[in-house]
Amino acid sequence: MTDYESHEFDVIIIGAGGAGLRAAVEAQALGLRTAVVCKSLLGKAHTVMAEGGMAAAMGNVYSEDNWKVHFRDTMRGGKLLNNFRMAELHAQEAPDRVRELEAWGALFDRTEDGLILQRDFGGHRYARLAHVGDRTGLELIRTMQQKAVADGMEVFMELKVLRLLHDADGNVSGIVGYWRPTGEFVVIKAKAVVLATGGVGKSWMYTSNSWESTGDGHAMALWAGADLIDMECVQFHPTGMVWPLSVRGILVTEGVRGDGGVLRNSEGNRFMFDYVPEMFRAETADSEDEADKWYDDHTAGRRPPELLPRDEVARSINSEVKAGRGSPHGGVFLDIATRRTAEDIRRRLPSMYHQFKELAGVDITAEAMEVGPTCHYIMGGVRVDADSTAATVPGLFAAGEVAGGMHGANRLGGNSLSDLLVFGRRAGIGAAEFAQGRTGEIVLDEGQIQEAIDAAVAPFGRESGENPYDIQQDLQETMQSLVGIIRTGSELEEALVKIEALEERAGNIALGGGTKYNPGWNLTTDLPSMLTVSKCTAIGALNRKESRGGQTRDDFPTADPEMGKVNFVERIPDPSAAPRGVGGTPSVRSITSQPEPVPVMPDDLKALLEEAN
Amino acid sequence: MAEEIIRSNQSGEVTMRVWRGDDTGGEFTEYVMPAQEGEVVLDVIHRVQATEAPDLACRWNCKAGKCGSCSAEINGRPSLMCMTRMDTLPPGETVTVAPMRAFPVIRDLVTDVSYNYEVAKRIPPLSARAKTEDEEEAGGYRMAQVDVERSQEFRKCIECFLCQDVCHVVRDHEENKTAYAGPRFFIRSAELEMHPLDTNDRRQLLQEDQGLGKCNITKCCTEVCPEHIKITDNAIIPLKERVVDAKYDPVAWLGRKIRKRTKRTAEEAAAEAPAGGPAAVLPPGGVHGVPQPHAHGAPVLATAPVGPSTGPDAPSPADTGGTPPDGQA
Repeated sequence: MTDYESHEFDVIIIGAGGAGLRAAVEAQALGLRTAVVCKSLLGKAHTVMAEGGMAAAMGNVYSEDNWKVHFRDTMRGGKLLNNFRMAELHAQEAPDRVRELEAWGALFDRTEDGLILQRDFGGHRYARLAHVGDRTGLELIRTMQQKAVADGMEVFMELKVLRLLHDADGNVSGIVGYWRPTGEFVVIKAKAVVLATGGVGKSWMYTSNSWESTGDGHAMALWAGADLIDMECVQFHPTGMVWPLSVRGILVTEGVRGDGGVLRNSEGNRFMFDYVPEMFRAETADSEDEADKWYDDHTAGRRPPELLPRDEVARSINSEVKAGRGSPHGGVFLDIATRRTAEDIRRRLPSMYHQFKELAGVDITAEAMEVGPTCHYIMGGVRVDADSTAATVPGLFAAGEVAGGMHGANRLGGNSLSDLLVFGRRAGIGAAEFAQGRTGEIVLDEGQIQEAIDAAVAPFGRESGENPYDIQQDLQETMQSLVGIIRTGSELEEALVKIEALEERAGNIALGGGTKYNPGWNLTTDLPSMLTVSKCTAIGALNRKESRGGQTRDDFPTADPEMGKVNFVERIPDPSAAPRGVGGTPSVRSITSQPEPVPVMPDDLKALLEEAN
Repeated sequence: MAEEIIRSNQSGEVTMRVWRGDDTGGEFTEYVMPAQEGEVVLDVIHRVQATEAPDLACRWNCKAGKCGSCSAEINGRPSLMCMTRMDTLPPGETVTVAPMRAFPVIRDLVTDVSYNYEVAKRIPPLSARAKTEDEEEAGGYRMAQVDVERSQEFRKCIECFLCQDVCHVVRDHEENKTAYAGPRFFIRSAELEMHPLDTNDRRQLLQEDQGLGKCNITKCCTEVCPEHIKITDNAIIPLKERVVDAKYDPVAWLGRKIRKRTKRTAEEAAAEAPAGGPAAVLPPGGVHGVPQPHAHGAPVLATAPVGPSTGPDAPSPADTGGTPPDGQA
């Protein structure tokens, strides 16, 4: 039996990005003993990478804006696969969450009359994104971090959670994990657990995501018996850097296009005019002249096609490159240099200016950037109750990217940061109320704890075996080439076979170097999550025989109205009886996927979708 | 449709000299790696991990200069590994990568930076003034762009702690850590002092608790800041002026009071500080031992317990051929 350190709290929050910190602040304010657990140092979570802004219908720039328009934009952007209630709550509550952030110290850019300035972004009818230059995520996470520290928050930094623990009644009741710096194991009992673990992008080769985005929360929820939905809906951000190769995938903010940047192919054409889908034709400009007028006055013309939702733009770029009209390094050109003054560019987009200058040797005030799609965000996630964020197993809550439903088949830019705050707060309340209602001592099953620990250290007992980095790379190549932006049935089937084979290999990893701050071991313990979420995406993509948002099938190139009425639900029917895969967790073979009805929208909300088309 | 995986052509080899070890000691180990066009130091470190040393410890997250995780000393200069392009280093020469020297080593390139998180807890947070009637109606505070820009500069900080690492007040004087906040937290205080909404007066705290007077404005911090924040000129010097005004020039001090009627006293601000209050100083050596979670009643930032503080023998600039990073010479 391996020793471990023990703690107990009312509410444990896994993840210290925007959603986790917002949940923690709320639970703590309600008087609950609350702790945050995170894989990295505090303040380094992926939220820090968000650039363009957070969407909230405050109406500071266009007074016509209100939550109803924001709701409509979100639902249309999500191709109506969204959980309508989440989209409704999000649109209604986002403005208060932004203002609250300001009272806690965030300093957004200002309008002429001193209010929070809002910028244009794809899919949003009005300029709606509160922002700080192009470093809004940093502002959000630092503000929340400072607020949480000021409130006396307890934070367990650099602690990797291996899995959720449950009591004899099936309530999620804690976690088992290890300190990355020492390798020592930790068990934390809790009356409620909030997942705020972010996304899954590290399973793809070209991604804007950091090493942390391995789908831990998605996978742990599934292993605990919870449902995941829409896992096939993965957003490829249209504009990632493509060159040099070492920076391929790093994000180029949509703010470049919001602030006037345009996309051109190798022939110099603004090709997006050729890719306007029927759904957005009425609201999109049909000439460069009309589009250019819109930037200064949204009533003088219709929106430029560069500001279509991200799925449309990413697919269009992909098509241009495939047609041989790409840039030298396999992307297209994003030009702001000829559209705005150098001073404006440096002021509005300082991070982009430095990023290109320092990493690619490109001066974006003088030359065009080379950009292409990069794996950015997963719309799918833990199936939750919109109001409380409760998952489908008791004691478990989820907010932010790890939760599914809010964004449907495609997320609009800027809706993520506001999602974090709106549903982070709701998760804090939901978990606090659940914890308050839970009586009696929590009794954990020692067997579950020891099983997780034994499986985690098993690779140190093997004389020889696989290198975890090789398995990670092979998984990334598999997902990039077979479950990428454009998918087809036979390739998805091939991917499923490969993922199962990789699971076999991952069971044979051999490690040295001990458990103290050992990245090879850390990766080894991330692989079970990466393989699990990859399987969910591939099987969901195989089952959804249509193209919708972040799911594009070239063998089913159009949207199927019948498919629009269902979410594909991934689950493990009986996790404790399922065959074991790698790391002692249920095998990817035990994951099922089936269609279940999307919640039906009430008529008053339906009417909003038709208005102001 | 299967996506083609693009591969770069190899462009020669590079020798990396990387510090390996832990709190009990260590040494430099050389790795010869293939090099590719456009790479940064972190790419090569990752290649070492993926091929020869899977247990080589380093921190990183965003790989785009936005999170401040991958701080290290490259050829003796405190830098972000993700923003240091290999082609900016002397061609053909070995590249030396060592952990930040001012902090105790955990393993290899990873250091125990909990000192910074402890200091952060002692800074009273923003205490925003009440909204005016007009603001209540408009739904939010009104602030002019020009007024938020001063603090916005400091809020660009990505907390890489390179400025803390290079600051010779703590780099070579461990004992100063108990009563010195360091450049990162001087800009935090400056940000709050200049924040249009803040009502706290932080000057006494800066002088008495945060050791502002110990900084002798050598500007080393400004030189290493990857966000190009003018730490010394725009934060530390103005703070020093404000503190001196308060102490020796009652007229200037009164002038500020009249202009900022809502500013409160340091005592009032201190009463709001979290986690033991700003008056509490860290116990000697407390920054290395790292508080055990739940060791006492007060909320703490729990980090993993690490061993005693023994930094590696980080290379002096002389033996790496680098530029003296701290400009003390």
